[in-house]
Amino acid sequence: MSVDELMDFDEVIASYDPVLGLEVHVELNTASKMFCSCSTLFGADPNSQTCPVCLGLPGSLPVVNGKAVESSIRIGLALNCSIAQWCRFARKNYFYPDMTKNFQTSQYDEPLCFDGEVDIEVNQQRFTIPIERAHMEEDAGKSVHRGGTTGRILGADYSLMDYNRAGVPLVEIVTKPIFGTGADAPAVARAYVTFLRDMIRDLGVSDVRMEQGSLRCDANVSLMPKGSTTLGTRTETKNVNSLRSIEKALRYEICRQGAVLASGGRVIQETRHWHEDGGFTSPGRSKEQAEDYRYFPEPDLVPIAPSPQWIDELRQTIPDPPAVRQAALRDLWGFTELEMRDVVAAQALELIEATVQAGSPAHPARKWWMTQLARHANAAQIELDQLAISPQQVAEVQALIDQGVINDKVARSVIESVLDGEGNPGEIVQKQGLAVVSDSSLLQAAIDEVIAANPDVADKIRAGKVQAVGALIGSVMTAMSGKADAAKVREMIVASLS
Amino acid sequence: MTDLTRFTAAQLAAMLGAQEVSSQEVTRAHLDRIAEVDDDIHAFLFVDAERALDTALQIDNRRSAGETLHPLAGVPVAVKDVFCYTGTPTTCASKILQGWYPPYNATVVQRLLDAGMVILGKTNMDEFAMGSSTENSAFGPTRNPWDLTRIPGGSGGGSAASLAGFEAPLAIGSDTGGSIRQPAAVTGTVGTKPTYGGSSRYGLIAMASSLDTPGPCARNVLDAALLHAVISGYDPQDSTSINAAPADVVTAARSSDVRGMKIGIVKELSGEGYSEGVEARFNEAVELLASAGAEVIEVSCPHFPAALGAYYLIMPSEVSSNLARFDAMRYGLRVGDDQVNSAEQVMRLTRDAGLGAEVKRRIILGTYALSSGYYDAYYGSAQKVRTLIIQDFAQAFSQVDVLVSPTTPTTAFPLGERLDDPMAMYMADLCTIPSNLAGNCAASFPAGLAPDDGLPVGIQVMAPVMCDDRLYRVGSALERLLEASWGSPLLAQLDKEQR
Repeated sequence: MSVDELMDFDEVIASYDPVLGLEVHVELNTASKMFCSCSTLFGADPNSQTCPVCLGLPGSLPVVNGKAVESSIRIGLALNCSIAQWCRFARKNYFYPDMTKNFQTSQYDEPLCFDGEVDIEVNQQRFTIPIERAHMEEDAGKSVHRGGTTGRILGADYSLMDYNRAGVPLVEIVTKPIFGTGADAPAVARAYVTFLRDMIRDLGVSDVRMEQGSLRCDANVSLMPKGSTTLGTRTETKNVNSLRSIEKALRYEICRQGAVLASGGRVIQETRHWHEDGGFTSPGRSKEQAEDYRYFPEPDLVPIAPSPQWIDELRQTIPDPPAVRQAALRDLWGFTELEMRDVVAAQALELIEATVQAGSPAHPARKWWMTQLARHANAAQIELDQLAISPQQVAEVQALIDQGVINDKVARSVIESVLDGEGNPGEIVQKQGLAVVSDSSLLQAAIDEVIAANPDVADKIRAGKVQAVGALIGSVMTAMSGKADAAKVREMIVASLS
Repeated sequence: MTDLTRFTAAQLAAMLGAQEVSSQEVTRAHLDRIAEVDDDIHAFLFVDAERALDTALQIDNRRSAGETLHPLAGVPVAVKDVFCYTGTPTTCASKILQGWYPPYNATVVQRLLDAGMVILGKTNMDEFAMGSSTENSAFGPTRNPWDLTRIPGGSGGGSAASLAGFEAPLAIGSDTGGSIRQPAAVTGTVGTKPTYGGSSRYGLIAMASSLDTPGPCARNVLDAALLHAVISGYDPQDSTSINAAPADVVTAARSSDVRGMKIGIVKELSGEGYSEGVEARFNEAVELLASAGAEVIEVSCPHFPAALGAYYLIMPSEVSSNLARFDAMRYGLRVGDDQVNSAEQVMRLTRDAGLGAEVKRRIILGTYALSSGYYDAYYGSAQKVRTLIIQDFAQAFSQVDVLVSPTTPTTAFPLGERLDDPMAMYMADLCTIPSNLAGNCAASFPAGLAPDDGLPVGIQVMAPVMCDDRLYRVGSALERLLEASWGSPLLAQLDKEQR
């Protein structure tokens, strides 16, 4: 458990300006790894996607994946970065069992993309996030620590190595120090990473799933006394695995550092480990223990020199920034700002877009994804797009409603059946006999029966109290096991009683 | 029948092609020779007798079935133990890799196999190719067939000695600072460092990536060119490989014509530290070339004296990074894994036990040179010197077609003489290092026996990037002229002594 003294957030902000620095790692979704032809598919058997190159076997040599360079340049362009005309990879040397060569092939003083900026909005206020660089590197393998209680290396009996991830291409996006965010600092950090996630998803170059580690964020923060221009000592918080925890971890660090400074102490430059369950950070490696990575240009690779023509071609493929695109879709679909914000937060934008493309009107598409389906995803702790239903199937359900084949209530049960893997909506309706009864004689018989059973209600309707018809509709629907079009039933009851 | 181990590779190829001999006979003759002399010479770390004979049988069968094979199909070759070859232990003469069997073939090895050549085994070397005497092998030194009390050069002493000892007609080496050329010089054989990027490094266990170059070793110029042609050419698995047609080295090796060629003697590679015997033979060789119609001038490469210093910063820097992977985690030696020691402790214990003194020295040097705060002064300055040396070569090659120098300042020194004096050992590579730093091609050819000690002397020829054919033109001319004056190939004199 945490033993840190914490200062009230507002109190800290009253005396200090937080300065942010965010390092985001994005795993690219190229079919093969950064320097070899091994598959990058997530979730394969341990060490099944390895070769002499990504295992760093003696004598093996890397060859750059051109697609990864392309994806990295597109990310750089979307971040309004300059693209290097000539740059090299560098070796970052350190010993760790998850590094097969005991150096990581990365970039150092010659990043592929540099000097960019992006605008984000928090509480109706615009913030410009300055981008220092976006560079290419390879991912490390994964250690699985066994025998301990925490799953961390401390206290483990032994560790297993899985090198499937070793050599998966990464882009590391580093901001310059972000000043002037004040009390919004945690929210700005979250909004920025959300922006990156949406933008990179729009580019189609990564799955950007924080829970799977394809988007990872290290959050740096320091406190600068108000009125000062001297930066405070920063900490770097790691293991921040969701958008929500970025905000929480930074808030925690700001309160912790505030308390340290208020008591006359000094913030130690170190990495901190975020504990999602306990909601606190704990110290990791301090600057004194930090390694000297002994960077030098990677002699096994030749420089990357993207031609201006190629960069121009790639520039044409950059979609509008997420905010611009969202505003355009909001206008097109007639959503309110609040509705759109909820859709984006729920990561339902692409799904609704695809549902609309499959023929559904926008509002019903939003309704399905944001209500019934959102509840399912929440309950299962998964993302909406991991549900066993496709936008096309949702659109098909809506089409069945619009054609009067099923009603809303039946539609909900059809969706449940699709989620249970029983097939496509049309098949389910047919198999389960869920189509509304359109045979008027059957309906009329049921209506007559209900009228006969409720003479007093019938009299009221005859007397002109048409709102009483609701009670009879319910009974008719029950008699028809729900398989009737309520509007049609209403029409027929009124006709029968006039 | 004449001993099959005394033929050149070209002769063997012709006899095999005409089906006058079988590859099995040729292979067996060399295996027998290895069995006979290698206890003394110790050129081989591993003899792959069974597979060699099996390959020979297959080649013989294919040839008698009328298949058209590569001209060198069935000719034996020895491979330096720095190249990955499946089914053979590949150790780099280090304890840390003892017992490791690579799961893949180096591109150079694959090209030998694709040509149908018979790999006899893996040859001895200085550990991880670090040394100039093969005394740094963890498995004992190789001895020079000319004088078993002397070193065969290094790091590729095993490959060179296997040729001089008639244990193999051809061998593969790797040259980072002279590891093919210096052993060739002190064993009276031919060795070429091709243009960097002209032969693939894939599967060559790296010492210094920006310098390492695989190359051919042979007993004569044509054989070297034939082997050069087999192993060189573009390889997409090596990013530094040059995607262009290699120079026609075989035609050049057959031309032996230097008329009209401009040859530059490097002024800086002579004088103090060069033995009289070496200078005498070198000067004679240059005179012969002039008499054959070459124009010889003196050329200055003013930054060459700084090459050794730059080399001993760049090379160890890369070594410190390249050898980091030998950490006991995935393959090779593992020391101290007692379920108590941490992974870090096991790494430390293994590297301490598994790596030799010279390797450790270079790792420490390189780690220091790359350290924060020292990088600019050491690695950065060394790279600047490297650029100056490239400019020296460019300037020189604007005046002449090739440059020449002694290959190494002295003849083979006695075993043990320089073991405790690393600087003296490093001086052996004084003349060869500039071409590694600049990436151009260079070769060593026999220039005769030194008049003072009767040991072989080598002449180095250096040519511009991708002009490897020029080396062979000069080499073949020199060989023709010298053999005419000797009355026989140089090694025939050793052979006479041995009989």
